[in-house]
Amino acid sequence: MKQNFDEIKNLLPFESHLKDLFKKIEELKKLSEKEEVNLEEEIRMVRKRIDAMRQDIFSKLTPLQVVQVARFIMRPTTLDYISLIFEDFIELHGDRNFSDDAAIVAGIAKLDGRSVVVIGHQKGHTTKELIARNFGMANPEGYRKALRIMRMAVRANKPIISLIDTSGAYPGLGAEERGQAEAIAKNLREMAVFTVPFISIITGEGGSGGALGIAMGNRVLMMEYSIYSVISPEGCASILFRDATRAPEAAKASKITAKDLLEFRVIDEIIKEPVGGAHNNYKEAAANVKAAILKHLNEISNFSSRELVADRYNKYRNMGIFVE
Amino acid sequence: MGKISIHEWFSKKQKEKQQQNSSSEKLNIPDNLWIKCVSCKTALYAKELKENLNVCPKCGYHFKLSALERINLLIDGGSFKELSPTLKATDFLGFFDSKPYAKRIEDAILKSSLNEAIVIGEGLIENIKTSLGVMEFSFMGGSMGSGVGEKFTRMIEHSIENKIPAVVVTASGGARMQEGIMSLMQMAKVSAALGRLRETGLPYIVVLTDPTTGGTTASFAMLGDIQIAEPEALIGFAGPRVIEQTIRQKLPKKFQRSEFLLEHGMIDLICERKNLKGTLSKILKFFVE
Ligand SMILES: [Zn+2]
Repeated sequence: MKQNFDEIKNLLPFESHLKDLFKKIEELKKLSEKEEVNLEEEIRMVRKRIDAMRQDIFSKLTPLQVVQVARFIMRPTTLDYISLIFEDFIELHGDRNFSDDAAIVAGIAKLDGRSVVVIGHQKGHTTKELIARNFGMANPEGYRKALRIMRMAVRANKPIISLIDTSGAYPGLGAEERGQAEAIAKNLREMAVFTVPFISIITGEGGSGGALGIAMGNRVLMMEYSIYSVISPEGCASILFRDATRAPEAAKASKITAKDLLEFRVIDEIIKEPVGGAHNNYKEAAANVKAAILKHLNEISNFSSRELVADRYNKYRNMGIFVE
Repeated sequence: MGKISIHEWFSKKQKEKQQQNSSSEKLNIPDNLWIKCVSCKTALYAKELKENLNVCPKCGYHFKLSALERINLLIDGGSFKELSPTLKATDFLGFFDSKPYAKRIEDAILKSSLNEAIVIGEGLIENIKTSLGVMEFSFMGGSMGSGVGEKFTRMIEHSIENKIPAVVVTASGGARMQEGIMSLMQMAKVSAALGRLRETGLPYIVVLTDPTTGGTTASFAMLGDIQIAEPEALIGFAGPRVIEQTIRQKLPKKFQRSEFLLEHGMIDLICERKNLKGTLSKILKFFVE
């Protein structure tokens, strides 16, 4: 079963030439209804062609095209994944200091019968939702809420799963006043010493410190068409190349795709996406994410607290390329 | 590396600098030069400014200090022992903006006479043995890439191994974008080291100087047990221009300056340069005595 959305309207710019094939499917469906003939086989053939073409297109995406997929408004959000992967999710709110930041959701849930804490950046599928969630760009209180609930997981000795999808921490006036940098920094320091299994998955955009602020898992996984970067390609182009239109070049040079990051061992595994990207089949995408979480969780769940901390410390301690 | 006195070390570095300068056609600023104060526009005698720790005698504006000048200011004469002096960045992405990163590294080394944007080591601050890291802004804007991340981490590990406090003096524009994701990962790495240090109970003191922004602020620069800032230093997460573009309004005066951070509870105190060593030593004594 597919989620209900208009496939033609939701074609990405680089696959717009598939439009005619989708139209053909619609025509065939109409014809089959009108003439009461079975055209299932014909429809299946066109679908097969679309899938084959898509497979081809997606095997050759440029880094900037991957960025488009990662940012696509129909891409499954954290709450979509939570509803498809976990059971009995209870959302928990607030940082106990200032407010509740809707750009980060957090709560307790069951994963295949096991109690876990799940947190993630929340975007949305409509402008209204995006505005309510501040486009998934958290303020300090978002990071502080995440920390509060992750610490609770540590006290309760339960694993933590974090889902990453943000263009970055919010660069606002209030964010600076309330210590955006301090909030992220403290999360990094605290996450490093968590004594419970911790898995992070980049599902969409992994935008810089705002992403890392909840992403210091023992294992870091990336969806096939997600990105993870120190700065957006647009930002990189305008700062380093002094020309925002050079984003395609910046995207390529900065190595931000899952494949690149696996090569650098910054991530541990790439999670396969359905044909045409996760937005084309939420259920399949979520099933893949769930399988990957369970696999990695099983690998580390017999680690002692001390081993978990050491494992995480070594992972980050060894990151960096320099000469001496 | 063997222990040499700060004077030997300093003169060695100066000599290297002079040699490099003659080859790169840069001249040392002569002592009789006049410098206009950035803040009050007064013309200042360069020698006088230097004698006043690079602080404007008229208005108190704090000019930048090089890492070596800072070490000289804070560390008891002859007691500094540099660690990992030869550690350097490398252009593993083959990154090319207006010039190749490899060339940028080379130029920065020539310009600063340092191999990276941070100098780390051990020394005495009024007789208290301390690990020290001092950032060099003239080295690619003090940006944090793998080299800075590794050196900072080693500095913290040196504290843990020797059971001595750690002090860092920051001056950084943030992550070194030429190293892509690896520069982001340094934030995790240095913070993890501080997580370890914290479990030992050893103190970690941060001195924020102008400017400290981006990924540096969002990692080791904001994690001090005590946060000290020099007056009027720019300290923030996002750059003022980015914020202005995002919120589409003018930023308040003194936004993201030390005084603003003090007012908002983000730092413990503002300390003028002339009092910095004395204040640091009192704070360190609180922890170690
Ligand atoms: Zn002045």
